[in-house]
Amino acid sequence: MGVPRYWRKQKNRYNLIGTMCKTCGSYYFPPRELCPKCRRDGEIVEYQFKGTGKIVTYTIIRTAAKEYDYLTPYVVAIIELDEGTRMTAQVICDIDKPYIGMPVKSVFRKITEEGKTGMLVYGTKFVPA
Amino acid sequence: MREVAVVGVGLTEFGEKWNTSFRNLFVEAGAHALEDAGMGGDEIDEIFVGNMSAGRFVLQEHVGALIADYAGLASNHIPVTRVEAACASGGLAFRQAYTAVASGLSDIVVAAGVEKMNDVDGSETTDALAGAADREWEGLAGATFPGLYSLIAVDYIHKYGLTREQLGMVSVKNHRNGAKNPIAQFQKEITLDTVLNSTLVADPLRLMDCSPVTDGAAAVILCPLDRAKEFTDTPVKILGVGQATDTISLHDRRDISTLDATTAAANVAFRQAKVERKDIGMVEVHDCFTIAELCAIEDLGFAKKGTAGKLTEEGWTALDGGLPINPSGGLKACGHPVGATGIKQVCEITTQLRGEAGARQVDADIGMTHNVGGTGATVVCNILGRA
Repeated sequence: MGVPRYWRKQKNRYNLIGTMCKTCGSYYFPPRELCPKCRRDGEIVEYQFKGTGKIVTYTIIRTAAKEYDYLTPYVVAIIELDEGTRMTAQVICDIDKPYIGMPVKSVFRKITEEGKTGMLVYGTKFVPA
Repeated sequence: MREVAVVGVGLTEFGEKWNTSFRNLFVEAGAHALEDAGMGGDEIDEIFVGNMSAGRFVLQEHVGALIADYAGLASNHIPVTRVEAACASGGLAFRQAYTAVASGLSDIVVAAGVEKMNDVDGSETTDALAGAADREWEGLAGATFPGLYSLIAVDYIHKYGLTREQLGMVSVKNHRNGAKNPIAQFQKEITLDTVLNSTLVADPLRLMDCSPVTDGAAAVILCPLDRAKEFTDTPVKILGVGQATDTISLHDRRDISTLDATTAAANVAFRQAKVERKDIGMVEVHDCFTIAELCAIEDLGFAKKGTAGKLTEEGWTALDGGLPINPSGGLKACGHPVGATGIKQVCEITTQLRGEAGARQVDADIGMTHNVGGTGATVVCNILGRA
């Protein structure tokens, strides 16, 4: 993928900045520009998530796409943030550690590198809280 | 709306087809379907092709024109449209073809699906398939496609207490059916031990829980029901067609281990067909992973949530069970050329309803298909019956 695709969401990926709808009070990460509940009546503003939440479900990836192969085995989970929204992210911990309901907090980490001369991609992962 | 029938079906063998190209796969399936319907080709008014990712798998876009050309129909100048919804691309092609005939816009319409997945290496295939989910917010986190279904499996096991053995029995049953299907990729029975000892892909799913990478194509020919006897003695009537969507990302679903789009698409199909769940005699479901078959049985409304594992263990889903699931061998044993799967399912149910399924024949008057795109963001369900 090209540089702009990562760059334009850098703020969101690095800092866990998403959105919230002032009309209904729903929080969105990944960020949404349109509130699915309020649609045209929604008023979307930026929101800095606290970065704490819990594991809803998880898996241990043993076979990965090329750019993630060096990380295997690694934990991928659906995290429910304290604000109520859910996201998919890696959890940095021993592979026998994660459990449903495990409290986690966000950390800034390298996500992947696109080959030896390619881009380094950074973003948010989680660690046990 | 006119009533619509399936009057011809055609399939290639499914598998690693090193000697066959993308375009030849399509031509072979299309030729079989025409032969089946006793047509020459000039009768065809329109074609819809389901294809997920020729652009990634063979670096070819503009698939509709390519196919019309190599099917020998370029000089007829008929409309040919490629449709895409990841692994539900075939299901979409079928619904588009159905709509075209039912509306009266076209009379003889081909619905086809084709995928050539083995011309790129394995990690490229994995990456292309990850595009069926949200690339930016699932794929970039390192979630593979089997990984996403594992997230479903872990949630399901946590809620309902499914055993690892029950999950494996889905694969064993589908291989038993596939062993009776001459076009299946794996025509070989396997033991539960084989599943339980296969390589872990994403916990808890192992290699033998996963549908394979497959080359293959499938085609069906639709026409108005009142013309069906011109082409076949055994037309199959399309009773109901439903298509539904849900969030692209698994993490945004109401419930992680329920595919609401399955329920929605099934409800549309059942309402149109005016039949009940109990009237269905067999179902081809989208078992891209073993856990997906269990969710499908429940979300289609054939069993209470959390019970499909036990039903599988008891043999309820076997060929001689209460509701045979995946008589073809399913995606697991028959193979999963992603864009072709939705059409292959219709081919299987049609063949069954005609009584031509040989060793895997199920005695039923009405059958159903269930085709899923991504982790459940698109679902197409069809109900078919003897005309």
